Amino acid sequence: MTTTTVRIGSGAGFSGDRISPALDLTERGRLDDLVLECLAERTIALGHRRRRHDPSHGYDPLLERRLSTLLPAARRRGVRIITNMGAANPQAAGAAARAVAQDCGLDSTIGVVTGDDVLDMLDLDQPAIEDGRPIGEHGPVISANAYLGAASVLPALRAGADVVVTGRVADPSLFLAALVDRFGWDVDDPATSAAGTMVGHLLECAGQVTGGYFADPGRKDVPGLADLGFPYADVSADGTAVIGKLPGTGGVVDRATVREQLLYEITDPTAYTTPDVQLDLRQASVTQEGRDRVRVEGAVGRRRPDRLKVSVGYQAGYRAEGEISYVGPHAEKRARLAGEVVATRLRSSGIELRLDLIGSLDQTGWAGHDGRDRECRLRVAAIGTAERAADLCHEVEALYTNGPAGGGGVRTDISEVIGIVSSWIPRDAVHPRVTILEAHGAREIA
Amino acid sequence: MPVRLHDVAHARAGDKGDTSTLTVIPYADEDYDWLVRTLSAQRVRAHLEGFVRGEVTRFELPNLAALQFVCRQSLGGGVTTSLAVDTHGKGMSSRLLALELPDGDRPR
Repeated sequence: MTTTTVRIGSGAGFSGDRISPALDLTERGRLDDLVLECLAERTIALGHRRRRHDPSHGYDPLLERRLSTLLPAARRRGVRIITNMGAANPQAAGAAARAVAQDCGLDSTIGVVTGDDVLDMLDLDQPAIEDGRPIGEHGPVISANAYLGAASVLPALRAGADVVVTGRVADPSLFLAALVDRFGWDVDDPATSAAGTMVGHLLECAGQVTGGYFADPGRKDVPGLADLGFPYADVSADGTAVIGKLPGTGGVVDRATVREQLLYEITDPTAYTTPDVQLDLRQASVTQEGRDRVRVEGAVGRRRPDRLKVSVGYQAGYRAEGEISYVGPHAEKRARLAGEVVATRLRSSGIELRLDLIGSLDQTGWAGHDGRDRECRLRVAAIGTAERAADLCHEVEALYTNGPAGGGGVRTDISEVIGIVSSWIPRDAVHPRVTILEAHGAREIA
Repeated sequence: MPVRLHDVAHARAGDKGDTSTLTVIPYADEDYDWLVRTLSAQRVRAHLEGFVRGEVTRFELPNLAALQFVCRQSLGGGVTTSLAVDTHGKGMSSRLLALELPDGDRPR
């Protein structure tokens, strides 16, 4: 029997995304597959740090919470879950997913995709794509992950996995893999790969295509934003698709939301390059077909490149931020004086400060003024060693008793900075693997 | 009479490393050709002076009635190491919509 339409849902657009819309979509959506896209470049680098401290960590911290909410409904409705929540440790994530399934009394087959970790192969003398400087010059490297494509996920789906957990698989590839598997598409065919990649790109940020990151009262009104529903796509075997959301959910799917998301983060609409294909959006068309139903078609594909992109995380020091507020007459003058005082006190440390006056100046930095003095918040920020970062926070806090009049509401924060640069690796140097975890034991199948 | 971009178009900002992508879509498809004539890459770059430090490339997408501006060196060195409050430059689209444009040859 030939599959005519596949309904694929998007249940997370980033690691911190909301969970209840995904549960609603799983329960009521009549989905075939649900994709949870939870991985950003920085997320995976942070995961590698956690894994180094504890070999059983390094996957998405919300994995248990997300899966324990969604898995029982998904299994009841026959929905497969495909997710990159494996982050820096897909094997441990797979084991965690199996434990969740067992806790829920479910006998699940879990596929784990590995092989994206290429740290051992990384050439530190290779120039970074961003600035041409050797990778190793940026700082101590802590992670290097190649972007795997849809083909890396297929063996797990074909082995009958209910849940597939991956590390760094490119976001749209998670969706394309499900479509290739359902329709029996040729994973090397640029035409279907382009169509599936376009669908994946539209869905990968979840609520951003259903009215999230969109509302502007009086211009772009979004009904029921508080109950924003997550999207699905009804995909036909020829790759054309209709983007929709469930009745009774908040948000909107129209030509405006779909076109904004179609071009989101695309640096070249003539050649959006993923591990699977080069997608050309110039012939793409977006048509309103009904309420909250938008047809997308016209993706054009060219052959995928012979190399894969590698995302490299390095230690870039510590970011210190300190803030203090001034209100009433001369608020801005006092905030400015406070900034000058902190800069003077920290001069000998040699740390390079960024000063912002928030409120009266609308985050535009240090220069200029709109003439209103209601509230002004000084922000001082810098990146440096742990010690210098602590110095900055100390000096901002000391403004309470050692700074201008009426300063209040100090907040300080120090966070570790993981920088990201990119490089290339030949496709044939990367070997994706798939392991199937069952109730007892594991077997490598690819 | 100048027209504010916010009154005739909507926009979305995206980020890739130190590059900010700005999608501009007119509310009325009929305004697309006028925007192509009026909203040049140079104009966008001048308006975002101080934020955009690199080259601005404009892609025309008539099928979608959308313009895509790709702004290099615009996110304080990149999302991960930027010292800005809004490290992703999410607000760049709203900043762009404050731009005033001459509407002399805009279709009525």
